[in-house]
Amino acid sequence: MVASPARQRDATAPAVELRGIDKRFGTVHANRSVDLVVQRGHIHGLIGENGAGKSTLMSILYGFYTADSGDILVGGKEVRIAESRDAIAAGIEMVHQHFMLVDPMTVLENVILGVEGGALLRRHVPKAREELRRISAEYGLNVDPDAVVGDLPVGAQQRVEILKALYRGAEILILDEPTGVLTPQEATDLFRVLAALRAQGKTVILVTHKLREIMAITDRVSVMRAGQMVGHRDTADTSREELGELMIGRKLATRLDKAPANIGAVALEVRGLSVRDIQGVQRVKDVSFAVRAGEIVGIAGVSGNGQTELMEALAGMRRLEAGSVTVGGATVSAEHPAFADRLRKLGMAHVPEDRLRTGLVPAFAARESAILGYQDDPMYSRGPLLDWPGIDRHTQGLMEKYEVKPPISRLRGALFSGGNQQKLIMAREMERDPTVLLVGQPTRGVDIGGIDFIHRRLIAMRDRGKAILLVSVELDEILRLSDRILVMFDGRLVGELLPENADERQLGLLMAGAA
Amino acid sequence: MEQLDQIVPLLAATIRVAVPLILAGIAGLFSERSGVVDVGLEGKMLAGAFAAAAVASITGSVWLGLLAAIGVAGVLGILHGFVCITQRGDQVVSGVAVNILISGLTMTLGLAWFEQGGQTPPLPASARFGVVVLPFSETIGQIPGIGRFYTEVLGGQNILVYPTFALVPLAWWVLGSTRFGLRIRAVGESPAAVDTAGISVVRLRYAAVLIAGALCGVAGAYISTAQGAGFVRDMTGGRGFLALAALVLGKWRPWPTLFGCLLFAALDAVAIRLQGVVLPGIGAVPVEFVQTIPYIMTIILLAGFVGRAIPPKASGLPYVKDR
Repeated sequence: MVASPARQRDATAPAVELRGIDKRFGTVHANRSVDLVVQRGHIHGLIGENGAGKSTLMSILYGFYTADSGDILVGGKEVRIAESRDAIAAGIEMVHQHFMLVDPMTVLENVILGVEGGALLRRHVPKAREELRRISAEYGLNVDPDAVVGDLPVGAQQRVEILKALYRGAEILILDEPTGVLTPQEATDLFRVLAALRAQGKTVILVTHKLREIMAITDRVSVMRAGQMVGHRDTADTSREELGELMIGRKLATRLDKAPANIGAVALEVRGLSVRDIQGVQRVKDVSFAVRAGEIVGIAGVSGNGQTELMEALAGMRRLEAGSVTVGGATVSAEHPAFADRLRKLGMAHVPEDRLRTGLVPAFAARESAILGYQDDPMYSRGPLLDWPGIDRHTQGLMEKYEVKPPISRLRGALFSGGNQQKLIMAREMERDPTVLLVGQPTRGVDIGGIDFIHRRLIAMRDRGKAILLVSVELDEILRLSDRILVMFDGRLVGELLPENADERQLGLLMAGAA
Repeated sequence: MEQLDQIVPLLAATIRVAVPLILAGIAGLFSERSGVVDVGLEGKMLAGAFAAAAVASITGSVWLGLLAAIGVAGVLGILHGFVCITQRGDQVVSGVAVNILISGLTMTLGLAWFEQGGQTPPLPASARFGVVVLPFSETIGQIPGIGRFYTEVLGGQNILVYPTFALVPLAWWVLGSTRFGLRIRAVGESPAAVDTAGISVVRLRYAAVLIAGALCGVAGAYISTAQGAGFVRDMTGGRGFLALAALVLGKWRPWPTLFGCLLFAALDAVAIRLQGVVLPGIGAVPVEFVQTIPYIMTIILLAGFVGRAIPPKASGLPYVKDR
């Protein structure tokens, strides 16, 4: 290792030490006696599947939750962190996954919130502005202090969060899944900032489930699984494979065996489609493409570039403004709209991207969610009444086939984990044997084991000659599954690539509208 | 000159009617900008009106009456806060409950204490807020045109009118230029951001509902001990809801809210003068129709003439740290 500031300070106590942190939420044991040591001036990765307890642990360090037991040491001294204020006083700041910003206020107002300097703003604002400018320049965090935060792109909002932390004098900065909302280029910029922070002797804790990021930027990494700490490694001495194994507790199948696509006739054709959102903003602009039987077409793009509205329009949840959609021999247009029920009869199935709002009803039992949208099908009823014993059997069948756990058909939807909810929705839509399947963010919030299962199911469906349209913000997922990739930016399709020719840089540029 | 005879009393009446609307409107503004919806303005005003009249009639001191009104309405504000902030109850239901409770309670207490059919005894002039006569009214009043404006619109108003109009720039300044205002604005939009910045969401919101209560108390005292001379059943007559409408019309900002209050007050003043007037081609305007004009205008204005009114993002939502 080269002599970085980190090395020079190695003699002093670690920046943060957690000892035996334990936390329960009702019956869920989120953290079991967790230990963690983070050295000063390090970028320390904290990795684990969704639900492994990373965010809980960091929220405890930040004072958002209080641990049931365990000690927190900062700079070698024991501290009691009962609320955020205590953490801030100890020099700890957190950049949350969902930004903690006040949208209608300016960057400057957001930064000084809580550390205004006195009862009257005018007296302190000029000084704050000066300080903000200094920090911006020092770490390469460019933001206009007078811009309204809600008008800024996500990447800039994240810079505001980091500025906020530094303005408060953070020595230890926690970032929770910071790249989830960023384009690859923005993520690169972020990593440059983190490196600058390290160079200044700040300590960074990077919480993520992306192995690539851990390998690219961290000095040391800790792995959590099922609420426990399962290993600590120096990044230089470990590999993606080892970390992946630690995370899921078994070997990870990195490659997906995929037979060459056996492509048939056009099953879904979209011509000149334009769609507006609820606010009347045109979000899909003159989009045309086709999906053929036996292929998976992936739509890549940074979230918010019209993918959601495109999917909703195709699924019959949103009016078309212009253009047409042809499926199952029928053509839908602005003049001849079709709702979701008719599209389903035409052979279209839809796994919506927001599973808790559109995919199922969280308060419904699994068996009710398992027939949602198909409840009028005679196979589920006996005369005018629903055939509950039959529906129970059907649900049990789906649950077994798709490994939904626990396989209890009367359990409320909200009580399943994200991955199991998703598998239940997948089961419902895929077992109808549609000719066209629309899938939005199929693995958002799903753990690695579940991701693997869902991916295999989608491939199997394609191999049975179905047409699949996949929308995902996860580039890995798009590259892994797609037979063809379309890139969407600002409501338009800006590129088409084959996965074997696509590299991430090129995709990233297309997604950022820069190619 | 004849036109002036019409306009001066109309302006004077507008200001008189606007006072409780402005006080309640700014009260609602503080509460809702902090994220607590307040449909209980009406009830708090009514409680203030009763407390002010009752205390003024017993002690003979209008100032003690005002103090009692602020106290009682402030306690109701805290009660609303307890339901909405601490217990995370439904804010609209809590507000409605306050309105119903006070409507009944003032009647009941009035009957028990004063035995005059639920009213308080009529107050003598010494137990009411008086009118301010501006200096040099004698001389300036002689000037044609401006004179009457000076003595009857600018001057000749109740003593509570002046601080009420000063309240609007004050609220504007507090929200825009002070630490407290910045935090109030932030907590109504994003309580999680406030919480993670190390500021107590609960304390801020309690402060806001307390301010709202106190201002409603002043509004109530104005109605029963300045405009009126004693408490009469349900004497606030929907002003709390008009203030709420003005607040929406003003998009939760002080100056536009003042504008909304003045607009409704002017409509009210016009309506009173229109009663019994015979319009060509229509005949005598029915009193009932004239009295509904402000409400019809409210609906028309809110239904589209002011554009989309977007409330503070977190208003109506109790703050829960989710997991």
